[in-house]
Amino acid sequence: MYDLSLITDWIHNLLSSFMPGWLTTTVECVLIGVGLLLVYALLALFYIYFERKVCAAFQCRLGPNRVGPWGLLQSFADMFKMLIKELITLKHIDRFLFALAPYLVIIASMLSFAVLPWGNGLQVLDFNIGIFFLLAVSSIGVLGILLAGWSSNNKFTLIGALRSGAQMVSYELSIGLSVLTMVAYAGTMSVTGIVAAQEDLWFIFSGHVPAIIAFVIYLIAGTAETNRGPFDLPEAESELTAGYHTEYSGIHFGFFYLAEYLNLFIVSGVATLLFFGGWMPLHIPGWDGFNEVMNYIPSVVWFVGKAIALSFIIIWFKWTFPRLRIDQLLTLEWKYLLPINLFNLVLMVLVIVFGWHF
Amino acid sequence: MISLSIFGIENNALLAVVAALTGFGLVALAMWLAGLISPRSFNPQKGEAYECGIPTRGVSMSQFKVGYYLFAILFLMFDVETVFLFPWAVRVQEMGVDGLISIAVFFGILVLGLVYAWRKGALEWK
Repeated sequence: MYDLSLITDWIHNLLSSFMPGWLTTTVECVLIGVGLLLVYALLALFYIYFERKVCAAFQCRLGPNRVGPWGLLQSFADMFKMLIKELITLKHIDRFLFALAPYLVIIASMLSFAVLPWGNGLQVLDFNIGIFFLLAVSSIGVLGILLAGWSSNNKFTLIGALRSGAQMVSYELSIGLSVLTMVAYAGTMSVTGIVAAQEDLWFIFSGHVPAIIAFVIYLIAGTAETNRGPFDLPEAESELTAGYHTEYSGIHFGFFYLAEYLNLFIVSGVATLLFFGGWMPLHIPGWDGFNEVMNYIPSVVWFVGKAIALSFIIIWFKWTFPRLRIDQLLTLEWKYLLPINLFNLVLMVLVIVFGWHF
Repeated sequence: MISLSIFGIENNALLAVVAALTGFGLVALAMWLAGLISPRSFNPQKGEAYECGIPTRGVSMSQFKVGYYLFAILFLMFDVETVFLFPWAVRVQEMGVDGLISIAVFFGILVLGLVYAWRKGALEWK
């Protein structure tokens, strides 16, 4: 495994050779901030392009192919279009909450973004309760959505926000319980700890049946959590125009759009962390030569590759299943996923206590 | 060899603040940029609520279906329970069968709560 902290250590030593300690830390914090911002923006641009191309492939179309080679510059064009649209001043809104909502949504996704295991030595936030912190900050996003819907003072946005709130809090339970199942298996909540525990074999392979059940439930709940796929009824355009962000215009709307795509990446990233080893290369016990070859692929490539492969599955859902009704959505969560999840937790504990795992 | 945090900064609270500020900065920067280059035009019709083209009737920040509250309360119950389960989950490997038995009581009460809500019809969307 390449240790990417070689690079960061080199920068650290370079900076501290001619700066006092506090200044070094400040410059490093700025570097981390800029890095996060760049990766965040680039991933968002990539995801807009990726989603449109995948969607086109499923519908036997070509997708964006005019702007730049293979339409690669299409999402840049989209971004600039959004920036030069007018920000409409509305008369009937609650101004403070209306302006606050995008901040909450973006800050929540940026904080969860920083917890992800980017690579060996590229962990930004490494709390000993990392995964718990992630669950905590990702639920701030719901507040932003509820505020956006309420402060817009519009019937469409209110209904959209309430649906979104009910959906996100319900499915957060399933996410929480799936994460809990895997935390019980890993025996730690630290992100580095969970990745390190998967050095020999990824949890999805070593965790026996409960890990697979937890993964399936996590994937369904994650799709619902990002308001995507068959669960996109908060913004069901045939009934609610655009749901909770109907009244937002220009780049103001763009933030919700941005956060939605990044949440897709974050959900896939957390699935990667919990079930597919984070940045850990594919290791098979006993196959030493194979493991060595796998170690030559950099950890960042492993992490981003696995996360994008998982988000492809989530995008696939969107173009395969029809949209659910709200009662079907809540029935699925409370009558199926939650009891199965509770049962699965007990099963996982049995597996751990009696040592049935690999 | 598995390395820890980036740049060897051990103060995670500081890094969390940096990440939050980055998010704040992203929104503030983009809003500022959009304010510079986006056009402005005034039209009294633009400030109206986005609806079918006629003025909105009644208030929009109104009462809504009680079912949403019900699910929020159920969520609260199960979410708090998840918070209690996390410290146990970290230690369950060391506690072994003892851990299993000790949590069984807690878990039983919880499942009873779910069964009660189910039988009461709280999980139906009416």
